[in-house]
Amino acid sequence: MTRRLIGLEELEEIAIGAAVLGTGGGGDPYVGKLWAQERIRARGAVQLVDADDLADDDLVIAAAMMGAPSVIVEKIPSGEELVAAFRAVEQACGAQAAAVMCIEAGGINSTIPFALAADLGLPVVDGDGMGRAFPEVQMVSFAAHGLSATPMAIADEHGNVTVLRSISAEWAERLGRALVVAEGGASVLAQYPIKGRDFKRTAIRGTLSLALEIGAELRRAGRQSGLAIEALTRRLGGVVIFHGKVVQLERETAGGFVRGRVVIEGLETLADSRCEVRFQNENLVAMADGSILASVPDLITLLEEESAHPVTTERLRFGMRVYVLALPCASLWREKLGLAKAGPRCFGLDLDYVPFEQRLAAR
Amino acid sequence: MSLRIGVDIGGTNTDAVLVNSADHVVAKAKMPTTLDVVSGIRAALAEVLTPAPQEPVVAAMLGTTQCTNAVVERQGLRSVAIVRLGAPATAAVPPFADWPDDLRQAISGHVALVRGGHDFTGQELSPLGEDDIRRAAATAAEEGMPIAIVGVFSAVNPEHERRAAEICAQEAGDGHSISISSMIGSIGFLERENATILNAALTEVARLATTSFEAAVRSACGATTCYFTQNDGTLMALDYARRYPSLMLASGPANSMRGGAYLSGVANGLVVDVGGTTTDIGILVNGFPREAPFVVDIGGVRTNFRMPDVVSLPLGGGTVVRQDGSRVAVGPDSVGYRLTQEGLAFGGGQTTFTDVVLSLGRAELDVPVPRPALEHNLAEQAYRVALELLERGVQRMRPSADPMTGIGVGGGSVLLPECLDGNIEVVRPNDYAVANAIGAAISEVSGSVDRIVAIGARAIEAVHEEVRQEAIAQAVAAGARPAAVRIVLWEEIPIAYLPGNAVRLRAKAAGPLAHAR
Repeated sequence: MTRRLIGLEELEEIAIGAAVLGTGGGGDPYVGKLWAQERIRARGAVQLVDADDLADDDLVIAAAMMGAPSVIVEKIPSGEELVAAFRAVEQACGAQAAAVMCIEAGGINSTIPFALAADLGLPVVDGDGMGRAFPEVQMVSFAAHGLSATPMAIADEHGNVTVLRSISAEWAERLGRALVVAEGGASVLAQYPIKGRDFKRTAIRGTLSLALEIGAELRRAGRQSGLAIEALTRRLGGVVIFHGKVVQLERETAGGFVRGRVVIEGLETLADSRCEVRFQNENLVAMADGSILASVPDLITLLEEESAHPVTTERLRFGMRVYVLALPCASLWREKLGLAKAGPRCFGLDLDYVPFEQRLAAR
Repeated sequence: MSLRIGVDIGGTNTDAVLVNSADHVVAKAKMPTTLDVVSGIRAALAEVLTPAPQEPVVAAMLGTTQCTNAVVERQGLRSVAIVRLGAPATAAVPPFADWPDDLRQAISGHVALVRGGHDFTGQELSPLGEDDIRRAAATAAEEGMPIAIVGVFSAVNPEHERRAAEICAQEAGDGHSISISSMIGSIGFLERENATILNAALTEVARLATTSFEAAVRSACGATTCYFTQNDGTLMALDYARRYPSLMLASGPANSMRGGAYLSGVANGLVVDVGGTTTDIGILVNGFPREAPFVVDIGGVRTNFRMPDVVSLPLGGGTVVRQDGSRVAVGPDSVGYRLTQEGLAFGGGQTTFTDVVLSLGRAELDVPVPRPALEHNLAEQAYRVALELLERGVQRMRPSADPMTGIGVGGGSVLLPECLDGNIEVVRPNDYAVANAIGAAISEVSGSVDRIVAIGARAIEAVHEEVRQEAIAQAVAAGARPAAVRIVLWEEIPIAYLPGNAVRLRAKAAGPLAHAR
């Protein structure tokens, strides 16, 4: 049994780690971090508890934002709406939650559960539904295991609360997305009310303490990026698959996503190589010299050379020197069940998933 | 014929130039920046105005670091009353959430979170809370606090901010300092709020600086219109500078780049400004500095001021070079302006980057000095280290691998090689040492628009044209000659997860002053 207190400093670290797990997308954790820090200042630190601390019948509910990160950075929530959404799901379930859950350990949704948990005096349970960032409601371990995303409540700052019951997570995504647009492009929500026993069975566990650890390592390493990268690869089983400088960058919006690609020209031993990373909000696939190095659902994260801090796709620019880091995704995503929800084909990529370790070994 | 004066106040030197209506430099001066600033300005003005010119001086343009210094040193800042339009939205993160404690204590005044603001389509979030604004303004007036107004999505629709400013002016009186965020920053509520708060806090510093500059100019050259340079390389009138002092932050590098563009005739290139302690590298796009794309840290505060995109390297003419075991260390310490006393070539005892370049015979100074005798290996190694640093900086800034022109400005630019990073040919124009003051003297006025639009129902070309026309109209309103205004910046940035392919459009128009030639 592990319990850990999450205070102001820990949130700094979670935010950095969450950007690594955000694989180039997921939204900047900054606003969520400040929100959570504000609530922790007012109400005290939040307990991060292990899944094993949950009783089998405990109810846990995920808290998150849905919509455009670029709207959240402008129309910052009031804070009340998240409480309202959470209470609405409790009411729909006819039970009180024992803990707040994180749906997405990568990006802004890593920090939001802590803001709510501080307000409600509830713990946050260590783990999430992705182990990284994904763009859609159904790309979640709970959904892959057949658990329902609903009743799901979406709330805005005006006080509007909508409770949805959908026939599938895909429908929850479709209906929720439409509602969020009507509410101004970004709203908060509570979703995936599940039992403690189901969390233990289906969650990707330990991912919040992992984000915390990654952030702490990166902070500790300071500007010694070599140390930081060594710690990351050791702790996460990751591999630096490329090192170079950005020589080409294309970005466009299509269907509500930012799609594009970045071409990185190799440095030092890789001087004759080029690596191309394609993204759709998150990084999807990394290729070099005509062959694939890594693909979604494995994590592909670009780290700035000097600081080893993660770079989101929107911050990429010509001339930036980066490491391309591949990290193994949660084992669920490598199985048939997970690949059906979040495999390469779910992102419109015409390729079969092969774990990056196997791809590298075959080279 | 008429004349204009450009003045650039840097940390070390105050430079001044006198230019004629054909933009030719008639006289130039470089004086040490003084503690009180204004006596340095007087000395520089006296130098360029001696002997007295035959033609009248119709305009004086000043670029100053005083606002930057005030924030960094926490000097002369005022407490600010903040009026946020958006309630109940934004309550989750109050103002000053991520500020350094000392700066927060220096500036934090009152906070009023009132109803109002817009969504990303420009629709009202809620009707404006006019009574609450009135009350907040009354409190601010009582306590003599400048007011900062920031509304949700004011970059999409500034309506509520403008109305709130009217109400505050009614309540607090016409002369009261009121800053509205849509005039200062772009998308990103907290960063824009921070920028607006800093702007408000700087109004007293700006009032003093502009008043003393105007007095110095008036006493040196009679009735002359004074302008201040902004950090985008364009001008603002005196009353505007008093209202928007934050636009003067980092105007120095912008002036150097504009001066470099003008002197070299290169509109798209890379500017390398080599001083005594640092080298600033920036990019010219259509004759203007490229803007920094993300948040800008000012004195420990995250802002989204539009600032010139500059990388500052710890390498200048006075940078100290020393043998460190088997390797050679270059900087980061520098003898700075004492180079001409302490450098080897000048008879001093310190080996500097200037000595390295001179000893290798790679450059000569305008005022010849004997070639310093340095051990060749040491010099070669030091030069390689410095060049590596310089080229890394260049690589971070250059927009593509295509060949481009490098423009060397600043006193230390004689030390630059003829070619950087493989295919950047370096030119060093006449008057390179006072490029910053020239940049101020030849500045233009501008107008800009930064807006998120959902393109779908409307033709994309119509939306683009509307945004361009608005920027042009703003430039004309700011004093540009209508016939000479053109679009100098155009950007389209995609935004994720919004319907109708939402994009952020940014346009800037600029043109020469209508009345100054």
